[in-house]
Amino acid sequence: MNIHEYQAKALLEKYGVPVPRGAAATTPEDFITALTRLPDGPTMVKSQIHAGGRGKGTFTDGFKGGVKFCKTKADAKEIAGKMLGNTLVTAQTGPAGRKVQTIYFTVASEIKKEYYLAILLDRATSRPVIVASTEGGVEIEKVAHETPEKIHKVHVDPAYGLADFQVRELIFKLGFNAAEGKNAGKLIRALYTMYWETDAAMIEINPLITTPTDEVLALDAKVSFDDNGLYRHPLITGLRDLNEEDPKEIEASKHSLSYIALDGNIACLVNGAGLAMSTMDIIKHFGGTPANFLDVGGGASKEQVVAAFKIILGDTNVKGILVNIFGGIMDCNVIATGIVEAVKEVGLKLPLVVRLEGNNVTAGKATLASSGLALVSGDTMADAAQKIVKLVAA
Amino acid sequence: MAILVTPQTKILVQGITGDFGGRHAKLSLDYGTLVVAGVTPGKGGQFFEHGGHKVPIFNSVADAARETGATVSAIFVPPPFAGDAILEGVAAGLELAVAITEGIPVKDMIRVKRAMQGSKTRLVGPNCPGVVTPGTGEGSKGGCRIGIAPGYIHKKGRVGVVSRSGTLTYEAVYQLTVKGIGQSTCVGIGGDPVNGTSHLDVIKLFNDDPETVGIIMIGEIGGSAEVEAARWVKAHCKKPVAGFIAGSTAPAGRRMGHAGAVIGGAEDTAAAKIAVFKECGIEVAATPSDMADALIRVAQTMGVTLS
Repeated sequence: MNIHEYQAKALLEKYGVPVPRGAAATTPEDFITALTRLPDGPTMVKSQIHAGGRGKGTFTDGFKGGVKFCKTKADAKEIAGKMLGNTLVTAQTGPAGRKVQTIYFTVASEIKKEYYLAILLDRATSRPVIVASTEGGVEIEKVAHETPEKIHKVHVDPAYGLADFQVRELIFKLGFNAAEGKNAGKLIRALYTMYWETDAAMIEINPLITTPTDEVLALDAKVSFDDNGLYRHPLITGLRDLNEEDPKEIEASKHSLSYIALDGNIACLVNGAGLAMSTMDIIKHFGGTPANFLDVGGGASKEQVVAAFKIILGDTNVKGILVNIFGGIMDCNVIATGIVEAVKEVGLKLPLVVRLEGNNVTAGKATLASSGLALVSGDTMADAAQKIVKLVAA
Repeated sequence: MAILVTPQTKILVQGITGDFGGRHAKLSLDYGTLVVAGVTPGKGGQFFEHGGHKVPIFNSVADAARETGATVSAIFVPPPFAGDAILEGVAAGLELAVAITEGIPVKDMIRVKRAMQGSKTRLVGPNCPGVVTPGTGEGSKGGCRIGIAPGYIHKKGRVGVVSRSGTLTYEAVYQLTVKGIGQSTCVGIGGDPVNGTSHLDVIKLFNDDPETVGIIMIGEIGGSAEVEAARWVKAHCKKPVAGFIAGSTAPAGRRMGHAGAVIGGAEDTAAAKIAVFKECGIEVAATPSDMADALIRVAQTMGVTLS
């Protein structure tokens, strides 16, 4: 689960990580209240959406920049008015962009130097890793690719926790002066505590900055959490912003379906994550484009299949549907009956190809054949994918 | 020989009185697997009965292992308690713990994996379909089925299958069986970012197993485990290996069902992994329908008989 920058900053402050003073607002009326909480002078206005590249983004009405520096609070108020309710398109949002529903004002900090700092899981060692660099405020992937020697990593032993010598190692590698180093040390320890205690998946501070008075601040913050750990953190779970999620994905999660919207026109309904992914792949392989990822899970009920069809059909780009079920333990006939009832209930008019395999498949195929529905049966995944691609192209 | 488990392996089921654990314990008993004990704290002394079998339930893994000689555990315990359940198996000195549970917090698995360092117990999973060594009976009955895989799609034979995904494993196994090619052992290592046994661990076991003559390795986007395994195959494995990577069409940054199936950078995309597979002499299946055929192609080239 992702959260907004202003929510991340509040959590950081709670754990003792210094951030620039800031205040959020969701209506133009709130702008004044929020700004009165900040001192007079240069102010940053930051659009709050769950996507990176905000500063270089463009709003759909042509206004440029989702993050702006303003010399005065009066300017900040005016700029915020142009961002709120407007749709911001960045390199990470896709062409549709995201509607800005919250503005975050912060004090514009004086920057001596920018750094990069992140904590995440290193899958190769199964340990948390702290990644730091003297190259902040830029894309870290680019730094890693072009100047890997400027990326410093410290792996934390979960049995002991972050050790002091590791914190010192990072401070020396980043070249802080004594006063900065003392502040950075406190910040790194606080950040690790937050990562560990909140079941965070990743905390990324880019940039981390030093100021002319040797303060060390998290100027920006991107924080995400391990969904599996959320049950332990009701307050963090409450930070979920449904406005940032596709309504179809929200509906799917209510039915314990795993659905991700894509931009193609062949919808798929599959059991199992690996099979669902490779069903998308095989559609593409035969020249089609998948409209979604949809895993109905191992024990798909009739109700789930109906819900899945409704979600799929809520996507107006969809021109055909491929159902791919490997009923290992489940009775294929039960699944077939569910498909038939679901199709009748939703009144499907699009081409539908069904590939069923597994337990009691003969009865399942017979149920589909005698249903009177205009569905096409596929034998293998390849056969089914070719059939739906052809039907959609026709 | 098969790897990890044989039809003689005695297994216990942690969470046998739950819906999920109970259902699959019954299917394993029907398959002919030696399910000799169940563990549910507080229900020790009771029995799990099914089809003439009367499986004793114990309060702890240590009791169950001591009393019945079970050496392997199948874990069906809900996510908040699953990490603890794995460690209980480790403390009891089991040879193998197979964690089926999906949804264990990553932090729990980081701690569990650290705590397991130096122990003799091997972990398979979590979030996996389990391990099957097929038997010689009808529908491969008489084999060892640990977890949730459909037993009947298997056939006893000489191909090893290792995969991060359940249904894709079944797809591969079924393709082999339909073509008359049996399997030595099928191992689902799970779709989580922190897991026990890796692709490479299983490939090494298959390479050392005289009964296994060919290997299918199924991976997906996210992480670098398949790449690590492929490089080892190139350097050390003399057996034919076919591979498939799911997720060519997955968008970056989104979790595709499995907690570990997320593209983090240029290195862990399907395209990058497929390129490494090819470079390492692994025959890549163009589509998931081509997995068994891919293995047949590379086996023929190498002059290996699979069935």
